[in-house]
Amino acid sequence: MEYVIEMLNIRKEFSGFVANDNITLQLKKGEIHALLGENGAGKSTLMNVLFGLYQPEKGEIKVKGETVKITDPNVANDLGIGMVHQHFMLVDTFTVTENIILGKETTKGGVIDIKTAEDEVRKISERYGLAVDPQAKISNISVGMQQRVEILKTLYRGADILIFDEPTAVLTPQEIKELIQIFKTLIKEGKSIILITHKLKEIMEVCDRVTVIRKGKGIGTVNVNETNPTDLASLMVGRDVEFKTEKIDATPGVEVLEIENLKVKDSRGVQAIKGLNLSLRAGEILGIAGVDGNGQTELIEAITGLRKAESGSVKINRKNVLNLPPRKVTETGLGHIPQDRHKHGLVLNYTIGENMVLQTYYQKPFSKSGVMNFKKIYDKARNLISEFDVRTPSEYTLARALSGGNQQKAIIGREIDRNPDILIAAQPTRGLDVGAIEFIHKRLIEQRDQGKAVLLVSFELDEIMNVSDRIAVIYEGEIVAIVDPKETTEQELGLLMAGSKKKEAGEDANV
Amino acid sequence: MQMSSRMKNILTPIIAVLLGVLVGTIIMIASGYNAITAYQALWNGAFGDIYFIGEVIRQTIPYILAGLAVAFAFKTGLFNIGVEGQLLMGWVAAIWVGVSFDLPKIIHLPLAVLAAGVAGALWAFIPGYLKARFRVHEVIVTIMLNHTALYITNQIIRSVLSDGKERTDMIADSASLRSVFLEGITDYSRMHWGITIAIICAIIMWFILEKTTTGFELRAVGFNEHASQYAGMNVKRNIILSMVISGIFAGLAGAMEGLGTFGYMAVKGGFTGVGFDGIAVALLGGNTAIGVVLAALLFGGLKVGALNMPLEAGVPNELVDIIIALIIIFVASSYIIRWFIDRVSKKGVK
Repeated sequence: MEYVIEMLNIRKEFSGFVANDNITLQLKKGEIHALLGENGAGKSTLMNVLFGLYQPEKGEIKVKGETVKITDPNVANDLGIGMVHQHFMLVDTFTVTENIILGKETTKGGVIDIKTAEDEVRKISERYGLAVDPQAKISNISVGMQQRVEILKTLYRGADILIFDEPTAVLTPQEIKELIQIFKTLIKEGKSIILITHKLKEIMEVCDRVTVIRKGKGIGTVNVNETNPTDLASLMVGRDVEFKTEKIDATPGVEVLEIENLKVKDSRGVQAIKGLNLSLRAGEILGIAGVDGNGQTELIEAITGLRKAESGSVKINRKNVLNLPPRKVTETGLGHIPQDRHKHGLVLNYTIGENMVLQTYYQKPFSKSGVMNFKKIYDKARNLISEFDVRTPSEYTLARALSGGNQQKAIIGREIDRNPDILIAAQPTRGLDVGAIEFIHKRLIEQRDQGKAVLLVSFELDEIMNVSDRIAVIYEGEIVAIVDPKETTEQELGLLMAGSKKKEAGEDANV
Repeated sequence: MQMSSRMKNILTPIIAVLLGVLVGTIIMIASGYNAITAYQALWNGAFGDIYFIGEVIRQTIPYILAGLAVAFAFKTGLFNIGVEGQLLMGWVAAIWVGVSFDLPKIIHLPLAVLAAGVAGALWAFIPGYLKARFRVHEVIVTIMLNHTALYITNQIIRSVLSDGKERTDMIADSASLRSVFLEGITDYSRMHWGITIAIICAIIMWFILEKTTTGFELRAVGFNEHASQYAGMNVKRNIILSMVISGIFAGLAGAMEGLGTFGYMAVKGGFTGVGFDGIAVALLGGNTAIGVVLAALLFGGLKVGALNMPLEAGVPNELVDIIIALIIIFVASSYIIRWFIDRVSKKGVK
């Protein structure tokens, strides 16, 4: 009995659209098996079939050699299949233990026996090296710890086969390291893992085999030690992909954004930006590197007018825009690709066409004496859709219906089209596949080459190193160092991001 | 064949109404009434005579405006439960102007209608402002303001508009919406010119929401405040504006009752119910202008036709209330119906 899970020739349709077409995935016992594919390739559909959320039209599922019908997630649980979702399914106001036992509560005479449950949770967490406090409230623990709670949930239900859906998307580099360690422990304890991802680096690092799917079709399964990232990327995308976006050296011009002694508080009233100084020149990409939660969000929100700053100044083209309303800031020549495209970037219930004019709807020719001209709006949208390769059935499709990559392309198209002097890109490639990342990086560099200034905020070191002309490291609300990507290493950046100031760099940080 | 979502939107309320009628039939049969005669009586009472048709339209007028008020707020992400209170304020304002002045009709009538709109708007401004400024939930504030409005209007009627009497004087003819012409062609029903105002308001609502820049902002704020703020819209201003426009519609509904149907206002022991029925009308009409007009017509027909049921079929008109309530339940559970339509249309594929 070689395979613990076999999904053979699976086909799944949604009202005429084939999401999975003849896909085969076989998971060996004790292996970490990657499921690789672009956004919208059908990875999640396939896993939802395995988890019993969807019923396949064709194909066979075998668990430990026996053919099974997984009609709902409870059946999957009983078969020892557990899933750690990308968006955690946790009750914020409950404790770790309460979340873990939810739906499978240990009771004593009809009353929940929390003591026994806590002991059990503690036992499992020690066995697998999943450090959590069973009594902590979910709302008080970090994202990485929340993920460990999700893992514990599946283990508590006796899962032998764990599916991870994009587990590293929300984690910091440090947390990713810890997660990889957890994977290794799980394998040692006899578990098998399916890892849904489009991050090639992770696959190369931890996986044994990888099954690639593209546009709903199974492309094949390869051993990781017989392949390399370049081959995997072309298998996934169907063409050759460049990782390092080619670029000529920057020719920085005048200073267009100047931040002096900026102080901002976060939503809880804690000082998030503590007297930050930064300057950005036309024709350069300045990358802001830092671990999530060191003030990046507050910094961007203060620049764009979305958050009131305490003091300091933010000058765009020598004009102080601090604490002006967002529209005034936008109109001085600022484009903003927001960090959270669903929360800030799009009105999901508006059509893609309406979203394309979200920043300009009130201007001519889209609006004239208070009346919208939808013909002009949709003409514009059609142009942007083709120019920025937004794959959508039509410009009248709701933004909600598009995949993440296409939503992001729409936002980038909208912001670049306004021809801003400064473009702020916050996590522009979060959750996107290599094809889309390549596209977006090219566009950012293109903007720079046209003499625009780009401020890139990212938690991905690769992205920062790859795209930036200068790197500013943010730590606890201050810029602690400014380095040249050609002269620094990931290790050095990692240390700076963790707060160990480079000897001299701390001094000349106030550029 | 995959059903378009537009088709589904139309089909869902129709099925809801049919289900309501069906369950109503079962209840009638179970309580020993002849369902067929009962429905015949209902039909005759609503459309069997030109007089009844006039009455149905008369009843439809405030329903349209109340429905528009709820639908407008809903489309912009707010739940205006306070239409009833805004309607009462509009009613009393219209009567106030109607009894206090003696002006040419061309000035007096528009002034009275305007006063009602302003009163409704002011009453809706309160929850709008509290929501925008302090994030107080509009549902709670509007519910409370309904009661406040009821007792304030009663007090105004007793102490300002009369000397301790239970009702006001009749408004001056110059402020009245009554129409000799419309009454004449409908066999002396109480149908009045308000129907034109209601239809115009429906068109205005559609135009504001779907065609204007303001409507684009209002809907965007309703869908996603964060993205609207990011796009430079003034979220607080839009929330207040939405409530105020909704309140104008509600206030006008009050003017229809005051200046059209009754010509006076009496002290009330409880709510008129029109404002609350407006929620059902908006829901049934899918919060669209045309849908609201059609749903209001249905509610008007049921309400007026019901009066004939005890006379012609011996069925208590409480039963009609039950049927209306059933329709609302089925509309409210439209997700179930949608799911059902999806299943049926999917089966058709195979």
